[in-house]
Amino acid sequence: MINRIFPHPILTAVLTVTWLFLASSASLNSILFGLFLGVLIPIGTAPFWPDRPSLRNPLMIGEYILVVMWDIVIANIAVARIILFKANKDIHPAWVSIPLELTSPEAITVLAGTITLTPGTVTAMISADGRSLLVHCLHTDNPDAVVAEIKHRYERRLLKAFR
Amino acid sequence: MTIFIEIMISGFIVIGGLFALVGSFGMIKLPDTMRRLHAPTKATTLGIGGVLIGSMTYFYFVDGKLSLHELMISLFLFLTAPVTANFISKAYMLDAVKEADLPETGSDYGWAGYDDPPDIDAKQPKDL
Repeated sequence: MINRIFPHPILTAVLTVTWLFLASSASLNSILFGLFLGVLIPIGTAPFWPDRPSLRNPLMIGEYILVVMWDIVIANIAVARIILFKANKDIHPAWVSIPLELTSPEAITVLAGTITLTPGTVTAMISADGRSLLVHCLHTDNPDAVVAEIKHRYERRLLKAFR
Repeated sequence: MTIFIEIMISGFIVIGGLFALVGSFGMIKLPDTMRRLHAPTKATTLGIGGVLIGSMTYFYFVDGKLSLHELMISLFLFLTAPVTANFISKAYMLDAVKEADLPETGSDYGWAGYDDPPDIDAKQPKDL
């Protein structure tokens, strides 16, 4: 019964907090309407979420967000230098295939989104069986290092964070 | 508002604007679609990020209240930007990239745009 009203308790909490942020107030009015949305939307979208993404280590998510924000700043500067100071013929793009250890669809989505958000790499496709990601690099002379870095910095932390 | 805070806010806005400018310049300069796709990821992250941090600092010091809309804007951008980039690259690849040019997947199945997924009705092994 409780599962039918709250099919995704975390989603309910996130939606409520999102509403409070959007309303920029914490009045009783906003809290009640936020809860109303937070209950209604997960019920309406439940068919799209057959499994519950289960977090094993929420603290790891915080560390992950900090690492990604730091990397976004660093990679932005690196890509800006490539765009501004490298001639097009000196830019060596490469396709890279990243074998995945993650299995939960939610974790793979987070990893793919992160790879796209850090400038210099874009996730282009997933393999048909969901076991590897196809990533396009703007400029690299050592594709293996790109794979190793993504696996070490992002996937390792996501493996700890998601069950 | 002290001069120090004014300089800090303008710094954030100028940095954000610079990165958005470099991103837009990359869209013109880079030669093919896949490489051009890298430019907007810059504009949406550090470009918008710098402007939003500047905006938050401004409203904190001028209106004296913490404005949280900026956090929401970056949240929505971070959720939508990778999806758009993925769709654009998929559409481009199916049109112009041959499967033979791509690296191996490392498994029995090809990339999702070129190969059918494993039969979902068939019984899956436990470890998948």
